[in-house]
Amino acid sequence: MTKKQYKMITCKINGKERTAVVDVRASLTDLLRNEYSLTSVKKGCEVGECGACAVIIDGECFNSCIYLAIWADGKEITTVEGLVGPDGELSDVQQAFVDETAVQCGFCTPGFILEAETFLQKGKIYTDEELRKLLSGHLCRCTGYENIMRAVKKAMYVRNGVEAEQNNR
Amino acid sequence: MIIGKSIPRIDAYDKVTGRAKYTDDLCDKNALVAKIKHADAAHAVVKAVDVTEAQKIPGVVKIVTCFDVPRHTFPTAGHPWSTDPAHQDVADRNLLTDHVRYYGDDVAAVIAEDEVAASQAVRAIKVEYEELPFVLDVQEAMKDGAPQLHEKFPNNILSHTQIRKGNYEEAIKEPGLIKIEGWYDTPTVQHCHIENAVCYAWEEGGRIHVTASTQIPHITRRIIAQALGVDWGKVRLVKPFVGGGFGDKQDALYEPLCAFLTTQVGGRLVKLECSREETFINCRVRHAIRYHLISWVRSDGTLVARKADCYSNQGAYASHGHGVCAKGMNSIPQMYPCPNMECDSWTVFTNRQVAGAMRGYGMPQVTFALESHTDDICRKLGLDPVAYRRRTVMPVGFVDEFSKNELYSDTFNQVMDKGAEYIDFERKRKEYENQTGDIRRGIGMSLFWYNTAVWPISLESVSCRMVMNQDGSVQLQLAETEIGQGADTAFAQMTAETLGIPFEKVHVVTSQDTDVTPFGTSAYASRQTYAAGMAIRDCAEAFKKHILEVAYTYTRMQPYLMDIVDGNIIRTTDGRVLMTLAELAATKLYDLQNSEHLTMQKTTQLKSNAYSFGCCFAEVEVDIPMCSVKVLDIINVHDAGTLINPALAEAQVHGGMSMAIGYALSEKMLYDEKTGRLLNGNLLDYKLSTTMDHPHLEAQFVENPEPTSAYGTKSLGEPPALPAAPAIRNAILQATGVAFDEVPMRPHLLYRKFAEAGLL
Repeated sequence: MTKKQYKMITCKINGKERTAVVDVRASLTDLLRNEYSLTSVKKGCEVGECGACAVIIDGECFNSCIYLAIWADGKEITTVEGLVGPDGELSDVQQAFVDETAVQCGFCTPGFILEAETFLQKGKIYTDEELRKLLSGHLCRCTGYENIMRAVKKAMYVRNGVEAEQNNR
Repeated sequence: MIIGKSIPRIDAYDKVTGRAKYTDDLCDKNALVAKIKHADAAHAVVKAVDVTEAQKIPGVVKIVTCFDVPRHTFPTAGHPWSTDPAHQDVADRNLLTDHVRYYGDDVAAVIAEDEVAASQAVRAIKVEYEELPFVLDVQEAMKDGAPQLHEKFPNNILSHTQIRKGNYEEAIKEPGLIKIEGWYDTPTVQHCHIENAVCYAWEEGGRIHVTASTQIPHITRRIIAQALGVDWGKVRLVKPFVGGGFGDKQDALYEPLCAFLTTQVGGRLVKLECSREETFINCRVRHAIRYHLISWVRSDGTLVARKADCYSNQGAYASHGHGVCAKGMNSIPQMYPCPNMECDSWTVFTNRQVAGAMRGYGMPQVTFALESHTDDICRKLGLDPVAYRRRTVMPVGFVDEFSKNELYSDTFNQVMDKGAEYIDFERKRKEYENQTGDIRRGIGMSLFWYNTAVWPISLESVSCRMVMNQDGSVQLQLAETEIGQGADTAFAQMTAETLGIPFEKVHVVTSQDTDVTPFGTSAYASRQTYAAGMAIRDCAEAFKKHILEVAYTYTRMQPYLMDIVDGNIIRTTDGRVLMTLAELAATKLYDLQNSEHLTMQKTTQLKSNAYSFGCCFAEVEVDIPMCSVKVLDIINVHDAGTLINPALAEAQVHGGMSMAIGYALSEKMLYDEKTGRLLNGNLLDYKLSTTMDHPHLEAQFVENPEPTSAYGTKSLGEPPALPAAPAIRNAILQATGVAFDEVPMRPHLLYRKFAEAGLL
């Protein structure tokens, strides 16, 4: 058996400077869950198929299960815990997920929220087809994606100052 | 009225912020890790297990093989226990096995200090097998001379049941009858809850403690105790938030093995977490059931005689067994009553994945067969599928002799009216007739049958506890689990309604702990709003009565002159608020003469069941040269009785429709015929629907309050997953004239059938 190798990394997690000694084989999922108890980062497949472990890294959404922890050195990472305001206020996307009944078992929810948060930052209005494509890397077995689409669209319209379409179809 | 309001789920905030803790989130990171050595043969006897090399790997703590586990067998199905041995589940499991019955069966387990060491050790274990012939297909498995999986079940038949009505053989002699015959095949599919099966166990206070992602805490505790051969009270099980179950977690999965493993390392904390691949291979799947349906009808479509043979692929172990296939079969004579019927169901062991409960419990399979067959009849006779169903489906007032279920409302016509109107059925049906060309559209529909809860087959018992705080708020405790459906929110609404307190004053204890939570059989059979609803009402009414009796002491008013409204004790004669519930609760608790903590607990037994019906309409576009199907529009209409929370009800329907679209078009577990190995046990090769595979999902309801139900509700958890596959199939039939006899209708199958039909 090969000897374990470790490396020290420094990164920003949910706005806080962090330094950690990581096993070079460890995934970013492991680091976030095990070292920082950021358990919103879920393990659904650990091979990049389901999207439950997605986190935002320097403004882009990645499956953290296939992202080595050592690659996080110097990066800025956000999880849904980091979207919550200091007094527990929800972000607009989080609030839309609550209001539109887009949450059921909740296991895929953080990944969807972070994905939406990432592309909504671009300040664009997307078509349904574009939204479906942007969200397609995340699997959900509870919702049929229907209310997730509603929630993402609601947040998109609110953020862009557009009145939400009455018809969600 | 708080019933009928779309209140946001009580756990939504915790779930969008990551505060909701699931099993693995709670496990100490220093837990020992268990990994399983799975067999790489579909059918074999284990001759020897060599762990010499595996044991040398640093970090390995203990290796347990199939020769080290208790020899007695246990059942795994998440059914209530029966004290009658004749009604107990088949006990055919060992914790680890030396008789491998499917590719991936459990031969040994490694406990190590970390996952890497455990995985390395698993790979280093050498197993010597005597390989046996294996069988994957039901018809093959039933033949004389087929490989035998279990000694006590000749020809691999786990069970055979039948229904006989009238005289089929005589009836078919009527001159002029038209015979419609078809074989309908459904696939093996997996639940694909996004949280894999996971549990951890340790010993404390001389007892075994298990935390697990399960739908059925009390039942799983009982099975763990049976598997280990210990007193049931020696085991405690805790259920935190669950990331989806869909019936897979209505079975004891690896909880018994994990509990055993902790006892092998001095009670140290051991975690056993399935990989996604293990969830596919080693948890449960939906039964693949093959149907042979023969209908004899008069030229106007009148059903004279019907024969239904149902062949269910059980896989390697009994699990939920025959109940799944039998439930489907039993619906056939109820759905379309017919005077002369012969129905037979066989549930048959094969060397495949173990089939258990999955959303619908035999009904997605039989709905596909029966509703496809119904359209085949319509096509042969040139009848309109909606009009024909209106004429032949279960009539209002129908009573099932066995369950005593009754159809009280004109549900079928109401749901069809709504569905047809939404999708513009009549116009489009006409418009899409006689199409030619490569790209064609079609419209189709399906009805479905479902019932609620498990009475009279099994016990229906729910215990409910309400504990009042000094501020007049209440903790609600039930064993009926929240696994994503929104049950806790609905329960809080029911409690607030009956007890007369604000919704915010109901605190649902969402995590079950068998040491604390009163007994209930939990989340299955779409029973929770119906069964737990009765217990909540029972408990809340008794609690209210008791509270008003206590209030008499302080208000001097007769209990029958008082009520609890919006958290206040009021005098009903003039509506005056006499005191708040908070004042009463605190005054009583701190009463220096006569203190009491206000609590109530009731056990409610159900001796009723309820029908829950509806329909689906689907419009498709078929690209014949591309062999592809696109669902353009789809609607489910349900009569689930009164809706407690319409937004949550609608969300349930969306999820079921999505699952059914996958069932119709893409999901199937594929096997290597040479080895019996599952070929696509991962989320890349197993085609679960993504956002891009759906149109908008329309969910609508008709609300006929169920007369037997405490809050007018009946099942809604599973039914949404039933009707889409045959509706889509019937739409493809209209578009192309090709009658598909199996799902999923993947491009491979479309190509074959279109070529046969001369369309390519």
